[in-house]
Amino acid sequence: MPQPEPDVAVRVRGLVKTYGSTRALDGVDLDVPAGRVLGLLGPNGAGKTTTVRILTTLLRPDSGSASVAGFDVLAEPDEVRRRIGLSGQYAAVDENLTGFENLYMVGRLYGRPKGPARQRARELLARFRLEEAADRPAKGYSGGMRRRLDLAGALVAEPTVVVLDEPTTGLDPGGRLDTWAVIKELVADGTTVLLTTQYLEEADQLADSIVVIDHGRVIARGTADELKAQIGGERLELVVASAADLPKTLDVLREVGTGEPAGDDHTRRAEILVDTGPKALIEALRRLDAQGIAIQDVALHRPTLDDVFLSLTGHGASAEEAAK
Amino acid sequence: MNAFAKGISDGGIVTWRNLMNVRRNPDWLMAATLQPIMFVLLFAYVFGNAIGGEAGGAAYREFLIAGIFAQTVAFNSAFTVIGFANDLQKGIIDRFRSLPMSRIAVVLGRTTSDLVVSVVALVVMSLCGLLVGWRIRGSFWDALLGYLVMLMFAWALSWVGALIGLAARSVEVAQSAGLIWMFPLSFISSAFVPTGTLPPFLKAIADWNPFTAVINATRDLFGNRFGPAQTGWPAEHAALYAILCCVAIIAVFAPLATAKYRRVASK
Repeated sequence: MPQPEPDVAVRVRGLVKTYGSTRALDGVDLDVPAGRVLGLLGPNGAGKTTTVRILTTLLRPDSGSASVAGFDVLAEPDEVRRRIGLSGQYAAVDENLTGFENLYMVGRLYGRPKGPARQRARELLARFRLEEAADRPAKGYSGGMRRRLDLAGALVAEPTVVVLDEPTTGLDPGGRLDTWAVIKELVADGTTVLLTTQYLEEADQLADSIVVIDHGRVIARGTADELKAQIGGERLELVVASAADLPKTLDVLREVGTGEPAGDDHTRRAEILVDTGPKALIEALRRLDAQGIAIQDVALHRPTLDDVFLSLTGHGASAEEAAK
Repeated sequence: MNAFAKGISDGGIVTWRNLMNVRRNPDWLMAATLQPIMFVLLFAYVFGNAIGGEAGGAAYREFLIAGIFAQTVAFNSAFTVIGFANDLQKGIIDRFRSLPMSRIAVVLGRTTSDLVVSVVALVVMSLCGLLVGWRIRGSFWDALLGYLVMLMFAWALSWVGALIGLAARSVEVAQSAGLIWMFPLSFISSAFVPTGTLPPFLKAIADWNPFTAVINATRDLFGNRFGPAQTGWPAEHAALYAILCCVAIIAVFAPLATAKYRRVASK
């Protein structure tokens, strides 16, 4: 029955799911190679959670196929469930149970006998720095602690594929860094991870490759670097000591960069897009120095994933959220 | 492990989890036991004399107990409704559904843990009944059978509650939807008055109402008589009819609730 685990841990083809007249998923394809981390990036309502729910057998797609560790989610859902660990958007811990009891219960439901389930629960509590709180009801846990407990719940059965649905949504910055550290550790173990996020920084930090979805469609895919490269080169920014030098500075920038430079008298800032990176920076500084223009500050910015999103969708990643 | 054994084993784990929840929230159990105590006392003394008359007050109190037992265990199915609505809202059902566990276990575990709550309520009500003069006048085995019929009824209605809880769109909806249908069902029955006093149309409904069957069966088995004996097939075969009703309810609602669980989308 169970077959060898393939190189592609998660394979999704042509996934479609509609709710009434809304197409939550409109033909999504994606692959997660075994042992890698895929970031599924998109704003609220893009279809991230729908994808996760289909992959974790919670929802049936209208059409298309999905497999996890080589098992089809529709044909062999129980084989899939044995190999996945899910940590949801809203930490699904039972707040009336202690941390230990939560993990013990999940272990038992995965079919582990009592002894091993207890042992695994203690192990995970130690690993997620919850030892001290282990025997207190989860009700009293902080947001970060609950999230760690939920994450631990996803790892109870040492799953082949871990699915993390917006693991840091709603956490304070401390809780977020905390959760990132835990995920990085997980990834170092070679677990395959599908991570959904609406935080570009998070995908950049944690994922090997990124799939950007919007309105149920994949609009871009690649590594963070590839996505950044898609919108062109870098932005050279500099601040001159005296506003009087600004016109001459803009002339220099026009020669080393591409397109039209932008300047601001008030902040004495000038900037331009460049496609030769550090070379352009050195050239600009040499020319400015030759003209005796004093520079106060200089920077070469790589575009952020936010810039990528803006250029791909025409709206920022958080624009829809703000409109709600 | 075969599917049946896995269902029982997983159901046991879910039952344990639910009972831990009850233990950590004792106010819940308090609500489940205070209400029946209140009902026994209120009905016994407020309605008792009015319906039973000066002389019949004690007899009516005895008559009443089985009715209050049935109403209480039936109302306990609202705990099943609310339990599911809460678990759905908190994402616990999602976690369960993503685990390789038996598909019937979560519903089975919930109906079983709520059965334990009903056992506690029955014990409390029985003690309270003894205080107001109720006695078991039949044999021990008959009385035991009476309690078992009552628990079977509680369990059957809990499956109905499971379906309502899984279908409710929010905890608030669940709270009212879980109770509303209980009122006509429990009042158009022999719970508080002999059905002979009802208008013909209501009497026909009351006579065939599963509530009436369960209550009549329990009354017969406890040996608690009041007023003229009821006639008609359901009244004359109360225990048989009561058990048939419970089996029918479970046969219909257990598959429906389980199917709903498989498909349910968390809110």
